[in-house]
Amino acid sequence: MTLRVLAAMSGGVDSAVAAARAAEAGHDVTGVHMALSSNPQSYRTGARGCCTLEDSRDARRAADAIGIPFYVWDLAERFHRDVVEDFVSEYAAGRTPNPCLRCNEKIKFTALLDRARALGFDAVCTGHYARLEDGALRRGVDDGKDQSYVLAVCTPEQLAHAMFPLGDTTKAGIRAEAERRGLQVADKPDSHDICFIADGDTRGFLAGRLGSAPGPIVDTDGNELGEHDGAYAYTVGQRKGLRIGRPASDGRPRYVLDISPVTNTVMVGPRESLDVHVLVGERPVWLSEPQAGPFGCRVQLRAHGEVYDCVAEPAGDRLRVRLATAARGVAPGQAAVLYEGDRVLASATIAETARIGA
Amino acid sequence: MVTYLDHAATTPMSPEAVDAMTAELRRLGNPSSLHTVGRRARRVVEESREIIADAYGARPSEVVFTSGGTEADNLAVKGIYWARRAADPSRTRVLAGSVEHHAVLDAVRWLGDHEGARVEWIPSDEYGRIRPEALREAIGPGGGADVALVTVMWANNEVGTVQPVAELAAVAREHDIPLHTDAVQAAGQLPVRFAASGAQALTLSGHKLGGPLGVGALLLAKPKPPLHLDPVPVLHGGGQERDVRSGTLDTPAIAGFAAAVQATLARRDVEARRLAGLRDLLVDAVRSAVPDAILNGDPVDRLPGNAHFSFPGCEGDALLMLLDARGIACSTGSACSAGVSQPSHVLLAMGADPARARGSLRFTLGHTSTEADVKALADAIGPVVERARRAGLT
Repeated sequence: MTLRVLAAMSGGVDSAVAAARAAEAGHDVTGVHMALSSNPQSYRTGARGCCTLEDSRDARRAADAIGIPFYVWDLAERFHRDVVEDFVSEYAAGRTPNPCLRCNEKIKFTALLDRARALGFDAVCTGHYARLEDGALRRGVDDGKDQSYVLAVCTPEQLAHAMFPLGDTTKAGIRAEAERRGLQVADKPDSHDICFIADGDTRGFLAGRLGSAPGPIVDTDGNELGEHDGAYAYTVGQRKGLRIGRPASDGRPRYVLDISPVTNTVMVGPRESLDVHVLVGERPVWLSEPQAGPFGCRVQLRAHGEVYDCVAEPAGDRLRVRLATAARGVAPGQAAVLYEGDRVLASATIAETARIGA
Repeated sequence: MVTYLDHAATTPMSPEAVDAMTAELRRLGNPSSLHTVGRRARRVVEESREIIADAYGARPSEVVFTSGGTEADNLAVKGIYWARRAADPSRTRVLAGSVEHHAVLDAVRWLGDHEGARVEWIPSDEYGRIRPEALREAIGPGGGADVALVTVMWANNEVGTVQPVAELAAVAREHDIPLHTDAVQAAGQLPVRFAASGAQALTLSGHKLGGPLGVGALLLAKPKPPLHLDPVPVLHGGGQERDVRSGTLDTPAIAGFAAAVQATLARRDVEARRLAGLRDLLVDAVRSAVPDAILNGDPVDRLPGNAHFSFPGCEGDALLMLLDARGIACSTGSACSAGVSQPSHVLLAMGADPARARGSLRFTLGHTSTEADVKALADAIGPVVERARRAGLT
């Protein structure tokens, strides 16, 4: 069936090949580059963090090569509100957000998809490494690139209008295909860091927005070990950059165990205190038949992170997950994504974590 | 089959211009060379200069060829500012219309940001018109001794409103202030006469009137201190054009430009009436398909080929894409280099709220436009607006 497909084109190799594959499959494809960053201080949008003029041009040239119409849509306001501000306020609340996941949830598969559907498109196509088969979201075949984790927050309704043409191929295969298709972006480097923090300095970015908020760094007994400039700059599990003058009595390294925005306190302690056996996720999204009672599955707690055997159990509007083996450094705000084999069953945002007996 | 309703962006070259230009592309000669080969090329340039001067009521020596409208605007705005300020350091005020094209707007802003200019934007009325009273008020009770220049376009590129340039120039002249006018949109459709307008500098562009891209001219009155001085150059080099503009003259483009001016002027008045008739049909068709569409710009005193609407509840980008998919080419206003359209400063200056500014489309007709083009738009615009309304304003 020929669908009217809107291909989100970042200017990178993945989304270019995804668009090309959708067009080759016979769909009526239109390329759209999302302008996600604007500088409201300048009278004309100039400096861009995520979507530079170069990215926009690369996307346009890829669309030319594929032979599809191409437009730039300004989604900067939505991106700023739903991703950047969310990112800052999550850190301010002592959590560790995943902005890529939020961007998929709020921008690509809400703002962009809603607009596309209203304008008569049937689906949004992206260059994510994941598979959609009969409504089931599955991992992409390239283990190293699999992006099902950052897509697992999308609802079945959103995924019903999504198209991920790259899930059956490895990244190396996509690069080779881009080369074969004559797409100039074939050897463009992968993007890694948070797109709206161009220099990669997350702490500096947050400090610029949240300001200095000094508070104590304490150990598990409440002894003050030092001072921080803002609890938001810390992530559970973090070891480097704690700036504690005094070494631990046992001489072992210390890790961030907990961040309390209410008391503006960062708690540090030994590595084993990071062990988490139980976690509670909120706002669960079911991508399979919702379960009523406990069920065994596997859980992933961060992008490209380890996968643990677990038993999950709905608890009201929350999801309780008991891990078979301890996970280390689980940060509230990240997503817990439940898998059965390579299929995503559900996702939820980690709200609380606990050690057994704690 | 494309329905091209974007002639204000660029219009097809006239056959006369294509012939003149291609003939010249096959010939040799740098117009600045002193030998026979060079003199032949120089003759083409000078004949072209005379044609253009004659067409716009200027003297041949007042025609300075440039690479296009943007360069001519930059030369006028920056060059005259620098020259006037050099003659009297207190002259640092620049009075510019608030609905100018970016080539003027950004050049003026740059002077403000980097050259100590005190920039004042002359407010427009709800139709995008800069009234002489507004200029008088901007000059202020203290007189214009500290004003370097006034710049107000002849006709607006977005909403098509025609400015009372001669009246504005008369006000400026009372205070011995030179006036520059960007006549890029007007020069193909309206009787533009340089000397009679009272302007000291006037911008022309080739490709907006059937000539090639990449060539334009600044009509520049002979210096008459203190009112008017030759601008300080923006491009330095061989001094080919009156020492005001350097760069090897582009003989083929200049020949094409002059041929287009000649062809366009020969049929201008008849063509203007024809376009105004088509434009009125287009306006009626849009209004009957979309009763709440707002026609922007002066309802009467506007470019004959221009119709500019706001469609409440729609995003201009969405309208453009949906029309494009149906083979209809139009514009949301001025596009920036990333391809993202910003709310038009012209509509904002006219008092439109940002939503109305973002939901606007410009349709512009030109010498190849026919009733079939209007019909195609008439058939498409209703369903397209309905569809875009569903997507709303994001």
